[in-house]
Amino acid sequence: MNANGWIQLSLFVALLAAMTKPIGRYLVQVLDPDGRTWLDPLVRPLERLTYRAMGIRPDREQDWRQYARSVLILGLVGIAFTYAILRFQKHLPMNPAGLDSLPPHLAFNTAVSFVTNTDWQSYAGESTMSQFSQMVALTLHNFLSAATGMGVAAALVRGIARRGATTIGNFWVDLVRVTYYLMLPACTAFAVFLVSQGVVQNFSPNTTARLVEPTTITVEKTDASGAVVKGADGKALTEEKTIDTQTIAQGPMASQVAVKMLGTNGGGYTNANAAHPFENPTPLSNFIQMLSIFAIASGLTWYLGHATGNQAHGWAVWSAMALLFVAGTLVAWWAEAAGNPIHQALGVAAGDGNLEGKEVRFGIFSSALFATVTTDASCGAVNSMHDSFTAIGGLVPLFNMQLGEVVFGGVGAGLYGMLVFVVLAVFIAGLMVGRTPEYLGKKIGAFEVKMSMLALLATTVAILGFSAWAAASPWGIAGLNNAGPHGLSEILYAFSSAAANNGSAFAGLTASTPWYDTTLAIGMLAGRYLMIVPILALAGSLARKKAVPAGEGTFPVSGPTFVVLLIGTVVLVGALNFLPALALGPVVEHFVALQGTLR
Amino acid sequence: MKDLLQGIRAALAATIVLAVACCGAYPLVVTGLARICFPKRAAGSLVTGSDGTVRGSTLIGQGFAAAKYFHPRPSAAGTGYDALASGGSNLGPTSKKLADSIAANIAAYRAGNGLATHTPVPADAVTASASGLDPHIAPANAELQVARVARERGLAPERVRQIVLESTETPVPRFLGEPGVNVLRLNLALDRL
Repeated sequence: MNANGWIQLSLFVALLAAMTKPIGRYLVQVLDPDGRTWLDPLVRPLERLTYRAMGIRPDREQDWRQYARSVLILGLVGIAFTYAILRFQKHLPMNPAGLDSLPPHLAFNTAVSFVTNTDWQSYAGESTMSQFSQMVALTLHNFLSAATGMGVAAALVRGIARRGATTIGNFWVDLVRVTYYLMLPACTAFAVFLVSQGVVQNFSPNTTARLVEPTTITVEKTDASGAVVKGADGKALTEEKTIDTQTIAQGPMASQVAVKMLGTNGGGYTNANAAHPFENPTPLSNFIQMLSIFAIASGLTWYLGHATGNQAHGWAVWSAMALLFVAGTLVAWWAEAAGNPIHQALGVAAGDGNLEGKEVRFGIFSSALFATVTTDASCGAVNSMHDSFTAIGGLVPLFNMQLGEVVFGGVGAGLYGMLVFVVLAVFIAGLMVGRTPEYLGKKIGAFEVKMSMLALLATTVAILGFSAWAAASPWGIAGLNNAGPHGLSEILYAFSSAAANNGSAFAGLTASTPWYDTTLAIGMLAGRYLMIVPILALAGSLARKKAVPAGEGTFPVSGPTFVVLLIGTVVLVGALNFLPALALGPVVEHFVALQGTLR
Repeated sequence: MKDLLQGIRAALAATIVLAVACCGAYPLVVTGLARICFPKRAAGSLVTGSDGTVRGSTLIGQGFAAAKYFHPRPSAAGTGYDALASGGSNLGPTSKKLADSIAANIAAYRAGNGLATHTPVPADAVTASASGLDPHIAPANAELQVARVARERGLAPERVRQIVLESTETPVPRFLGEPGVNVLRLNLALDRL
């Protein structure tokens, strides 16, 4: 744990704090249908034209049912759209490598994955997806799913702020305004910056390079039809093969990387994602990418404070997030810097930490920080392979996702997830002092608590239910890359990532099978929509309430007491739900590693 | 019902219009700006040889096994440094497969560089990177390979050390990451001598 790491961590938190207000102010304008931005002269006409094409009246607000219906319809249309493109990839343009269409289960999994902002990838991008599929079928949802999340968060904030109201905004207006005024301009600037660091951006076919030193490898001998030739002893014959070229992937990567980070999507252009030198070439590009994952989510806490007229509350929520984030980073950093005792006994230099699955340019700290950021948020991009982290280092991203990704979280999703915990915290505080719980002047009744619990239970049941099923089934075991407790961690990680809409993986798991593709897709749908609908119901119910003036016994939703209570609620709910499963996976593995037992 | 139909129409129109904006205009604008501002980087930071053929990208590692070259990290990308199959080993901390491969890598590294049996070996030299295409090795790893490369090429170790230093890429600002020696740049520079 060196000085550079401490400097980087301090700078990261300081910059995040400094960005929160400016981004929050801008969000206030974007999420208000009549808001003004410097882009108005250019974008307003386009915005009006879009509403006309969609046949909607931007001045007409929706109640929570209409809002929820709109979210669901857009999701359904989006899944169908992407599924169709992937199934017909072979016949569509911009496929210079001549890649085949995807099988049904993979197309379904991928469509659901991108629409739900998960971006779980059961495929390797550079060898599966044509440029057209990457650019249209996938990138579209990087924008739409981010805008959807922010819309739902804004609707919930409106519900909290409004009094005696029936409507909580118009989903279509939120969708279009977030895309036009926030995502597109921010991504354009960000993408150009990424190119300046070396991220590729072109529409060229892949480049074939002549290797400086041709390498020789041993491969299984195949006949003309591609079948493996077997010798008299029944074993496959091998032959020497010389490789003298390297095929370098090209394509519009910078534009996709920018939105995958800012929109907390996380779906990489390449299989190695943000570890690939083309997606994340320098330590500077890495730092800015990490900041961009948290940027909008952090700004949304200011939006919350502004909309509710209680900025101290917004900052209290921000502080709870920041403390959870720093705690997670320190644990992951410590574990990875300490390294793997088994490998050190073999002769690996102890001071180097655990470098398996990490890039030299990022080193230990920037890898541990990225892993924490990407799972605190629902991003899921990775700059190191979480599967090869030490047991405790890998537990941090896993637990982060299981907490519901409320530490800054996905754009929008983080805030509405955290507000569910706020409602619960207020409820628990109310029970402790024996008063009717209130949140910003609104009484929290049975309906609000039920909706909050429903939102929480959806992901919990999806994670634990599917993990248990997979762990006890042949199809679940068949995909494992690692045996013993680490195998269970791989399964648990996959379903946590799916249900929390994260998308990162303990990537050793071979998940591109019909069983995994389908169960993971259901987990993603549950984690997304079984959360959004109760949250919108909560928003609708809060909006209708009249405010009661704050009295002597009102529990303040700002200040250190509230921050501690909120953190306690998040950690306690997460721990109660998931500690038993974690004890069987990463915790057991930690002790196994200390003992030096191999699997 | 009317609400539903209106919703479907809005969703279809939104999908098409926003696809044009986000999947057509946006990448085209970025590509245009990239080509004007950073043409070489947008094209993949390619290195061409004296005969004009592409020899690789300074960002993408290549496999080297001959004693006269500096060796990169072990790679789990395809059969090694396959740039269409990026990825790590994804083997966990208690994996026997991983421990065995690290033990074999350590033995080969010590033998190749004339190190004593109990010398600690730099972690990056024996572990696979995340992308399998890591272009860098740590400076300490390069230093241990200097003697071998200098001997094979008949160069003074000081001269080789100087080229290693010239091929070392330091993060800007320094505290954001770790310095790394770019193996492809280094080996190309050695071949040019």
